[in-house]
Amino acid sequence: MEFIDYYKILEIDKNASADQIKKAYRKLARKLHPDLNPNNKEAQKKFQQINEANEVLSDPEKRKKYDQYGKDWQHAEHFEQAKQNQSRQGFNTGQNFGGGQGFSGEGDFSSFFESMFGGSGRQSQTKFRGQDFHAELQLSLVNAMVTHQQTLTVNGKNIRITIAAGIENGQIIKLKGYGAPGTNGGPAGDLYITFQIADNSQFKRTGNDLYTTATLDLYTALLGGETTIDTLNGKVKMKVSAETQSGTKVRLKGKGFPIYKQDGMFGDLYVTYQVALPTNLTEKQRALFTELSQLK
Amino acid sequence: MQPDDMIPATEFCVHHKIELSFIHSLEQHGMIETVVIEENIFLPLSQLDRLEKIVRLHFELDINLEGIETINHLLQRITNMQEQIVGLSNRLRAWESD
Repeated sequence: MEFIDYYKILEIDKNASADQIKKAYRKLARKLHPDLNPNNKEAQKKFQQINEANEVLSDPEKRKKYDQYGKDWQHAEHFEQAKQNQSRQGFNTGQNFGGGQGFSGEGDFSSFFESMFGGSGRQSQTKFRGQDFHAELQLSLVNAMVTHQQTLTVNGKNIRITIAAGIENGQIIKLKGYGAPGTNGGPAGDLYITFQIADNSQFKRTGNDLYTTATLDLYTALLGGETTIDTLNGKVKMKVSAETQSGTKVRLKGKGFPIYKQDGMFGDLYVTYQVALPTNLTEKQRALFTELSQLK
Repeated sequence: MQPDDMIPATEFCVHHKIELSFIHSLEQHGMIETVVIEENIFLPLSQLDRLEKIVRLHFELDINLEGIETINHLLQRITNMQEQIVGLSNRLRAWESD
């Protein structure tokens, strides 16, 4: 447990007046408040630090103790007890440093704060909402295309969520009130879930559209015919025009990814044809290709 | 009669320990919409998120309503840009892994 310099956190001098402390706190709170820094973990951490610093420095009694013991805070309890023993002629009150002084509420304080001022050291009645939690959830492309439910465990709590089809990689959803509890009766924070959707070797996704490649044999590409294309929903039979070139792109309307929260709406599937040339030609095939080449 | 998708403004005010006049000022500024049914003011549930954020910014950070309006516009722009970045990153990822 390390000593925390609350003056440094609030960027003020050790002789700062109560007014200067308040001003410094307000200034930093406006910069670091979670509402103004959505999804910024660093800002949220700093916001907690400035709250804690303000909690101590804006309370004359706590500030006095903090200033008095400073870096020797670990010995504060001994000093305090010794003083009490002296003044009460050896009667030990058993009072902890800062504990049991009528303060109420609980907060997310550092272990340094808890150690120095006790677990329930909050005196100010300012309400603050709890810290937001952030979690990541990995889905496969196939899972992301159907609406389904999943149970997550966040800080020991089981949360069942419905993931709507069409959720995008990197998309963040907010679950209100599933973050840390608020302090002094303030509202709980929120839970932000970032979805990580893994790549699929066969399909690439851009927005709601999917891209894939399909191989055509030379004869189908030249003379036209039918081919079967794999989509994420199953197989689709397609007509192939005669003289289809390698690299030709065709669009299958509505066979792409579901559009997020728009039931029954889908993007498109783009198929790029790759023409495979025959190998291990028989004598007859070779002779016929040679004949063809001479017709050019 | 209370509609399912609304809560009485007075209930919201009691819960957040704020004056009803604050809700009136927000409505006058065009920052929220309220519904009046039989002389009672109701808040649509869809606006609660926004309203709670306004309350926090105003009472925790002493930001006036004009300031909150500006902040909301800027936050909306940030959200839009972040969504755009996610979309563009995904497109880039699709072509980079080719």
